[in-house]
Amino acid sequence: MISRRDFMQTSMAAAALYGTSGFGNWARVAAQQSLTQDRLLEFDTFGNVSLIHITDIHAQLKPIYFREPSVNIGVGGNKGAVPHLTGSDFRKLYGIDDGSASAYALSHTDFSSLAQAYGRVGGLDRVSTVINAIRADRPDALLLDGGDTWHGSYTCYQTEGQDMVNVMNALKPDAMTFHWEFTLGSERVAEIVENLPFAALGQNVFDAEWDEPAELFPPYKFFESGGVKIAVIGQAFPYMPIANPGWMFPEYSFGIRDENMQQMVNEVRAKGAELVVCLSHNGFDVDKQMAGKVTGIDVILSGHTHDALPEPVVVGETIIVASGSNGKFVSRVDLDVRQGAVLGFRHKLIPIFSDVITPDPAVTKLIDAQRAPYMDAMSEVIGRTGDDQTLYRRGNFNGTWDDLICDALISEREADIALSPGVRWGPSILPGQDITREDIWNVTSMTYGEAYRTEMTGEFLHVVLEDVADNLFNPDPYYQQGGDMVRVGGLGYRIDVNKPQGSRITEMTLLKTGEMIDPSKTYQVAGWASVNEDTEGPKIWDVVENHIAKQGTISLDPNNSVKVVGV
Amino acid sequence: MELTRRNAILMGAGALVVAGLPMRASASVDDVIAQFTGGAEVGTGDITITAPEIAENGNTVPIEVSSGTAVEILVLATGNPTPNVATFKFGKLAASRAASTRIRLAGTQDVVAIAKLDDGTFVKASSTVKVTIGGCGG
Repeated sequence: MISRRDFMQTSMAAAALYGTSGFGNWARVAAQQSLTQDRLLEFDTFGNVSLIHITDIHAQLKPIYFREPSVNIGVGGNKGAVPHLTGSDFRKLYGIDDGSASAYALSHTDFSSLAQAYGRVGGLDRVSTVINAIRADRPDALLLDGGDTWHGSYTCYQTEGQDMVNVMNALKPDAMTFHWEFTLGSERVAEIVENLPFAALGQNVFDAEWDEPAELFPPYKFFESGGVKIAVIGQAFPYMPIANPGWMFPEYSFGIRDENMQQMVNEVRAKGAELVVCLSHNGFDVDKQMAGKVTGIDVILSGHTHDALPEPVVVGETIIVASGSNGKFVSRVDLDVRQGAVLGFRHKLIPIFSDVITPDPAVTKLIDAQRAPYMDAMSEVIGRTGDDQTLYRRGNFNGTWDDLICDALISEREADIALSPGVRWGPSILPGQDITREDIWNVTSMTYGEAYRTEMTGEFLHVVLEDVADNLFNPDPYYQQGGDMVRVGGLGYRIDVNKPQGSRITEMTLLKTGEMIDPSKTYQVAGWASVNEDTEGPKIWDVVENHIAKQGTISLDPNNSVKVVGV
Repeated sequence: MELTRRNAILMGAGALVVAGLPMRASASVDDVIAQFTGGAEVGTGDITITAPEIAENGNTVPIEVSSGTAVEILVLATGNPTPNVATFKFGKLAASRAASTRIRLAGTQDVVAIAKLDDGTFVKASSTVKVTIGGCGG
């Protein structure tokens, strides 16, 4: 655990080296209970360059609720380090008052009651207002999109990402990198990227057959801003064909490729880059490790793991900025760059409180136009949450949305055990709120959403859990894929996060009988989001909708089936 | 409605079951190394191996070995039933002493490169390549 004292020291050291973060302002605003747009955007324009970072929007065009994780375990060198602090530990580290707007935006405690007070977050029309305000201060500010943009909603699925492309184009980004976009299939991705009015970057996007850089995704692009020559290098999600179905984009190979990253940094420096920015979809711990291995990157704009940090983390001479997900935050980073050196920076993580920030009417209109053809289908109410029931996903283990999805799989597919992917996207639903078809799609939409039913032996189930656990808890971040643990229904287990792969998971129990899982026995397992080609079954959103419709009001039993040790 | 037979086989295949656990280096690895070095000590130095941290496809994993001064580089997949992958030999006039190939890995394991340098000494580098069943990216 980082002590407050340690934090003060690193923060002061960073401030001495570089500059300051705008977080203090924001916390004070909250304490004064005077949340206004002007205060949220207040920023003393600094230096000669401004970067605007948004990432992992997951196609959330409209304001939503999004509960931050209560469980986010760091292992190895990242034990107790940000972003692996939650709740009161997180608030203590950053000096955030309980019940404040910052507490609501950044931590999970009292989520549903604070949500009633502070309202929804995000909405790309509000994001547009923030971007316009920054551009009013600094007309040549760079807007950089970290990817996971063209995925995650009803309209995004129906339009194969076109709704997001249309709205993002209106915000005029300068560059973008990628992850879930590739699950639209390589043909569709190429069709969009070829017509994109901004750069589609990825130094680690390679041609799979020749193991050479893919032509469609250049490694970097130069920009000129405030008289400074800036190179933006893209880093797509490294484990695309492993974490997502590789058969949908067989032409491409990815990987971290930090040696190639170093070459690209050297190349842009040799071409005169004075500021090197990496627009990354690595995930936070991978970015931290990469910053320690690759020299010469000034700023990493970090995406993928959905962490929202009110202060950048400094590794050597690299600052790492994490800007949350689902349109909930925008980061602004101002830098003073002179003769090829960063003399200082100023940073602010801006929360998009949708009731406080005025929407940009032109973008609202554009968003509504994308949604109009689907409004009837999307807005149909399927059920509602009980008075004490919040639905959320984010966290290392099952969230309540996952419990509901697993219940649906078990009852609708008549299975013993359900498996649901540990993805980190999906907005939350408050107690007593209607659940619409759109809400269900927000947590299930994908291009490989078939809900399969199959037989697995107890031994194979153990292998599956061990494999996914190692993707999350391998002490070396380069071996982590950045998702959360596979969610389970009908199955209990104990996990020791510090053990090596093969011995983390014990005490696997079939909940309906209370018996231990027998390695040689066969169980009926239902799941979804298989990466295997030709997976068959009804769509997961239909399975969940049928289940919710039958229930009417959703009230879940608390899930205590996973026992976590070694934290 | 059900998973196809083919998929069930894919998912349940024995190969995947062993894929979950790190492959243990067989005794023959030491023998192969001893044969290559003639029992000489193996240090670290002028040898690099580049391999993915997690294989996109365990059946065809791209690797690259390079060294400024090697005359010979032995590549071993220490967890494969037959660890020998390749031995690359470089002549005095070789412009670049690097080689790349694709290898098949039976499961998560260390891929090792041992170079014999032109001064007669031996150096070693290794890289852990994880072979995973995958499936849950955030």
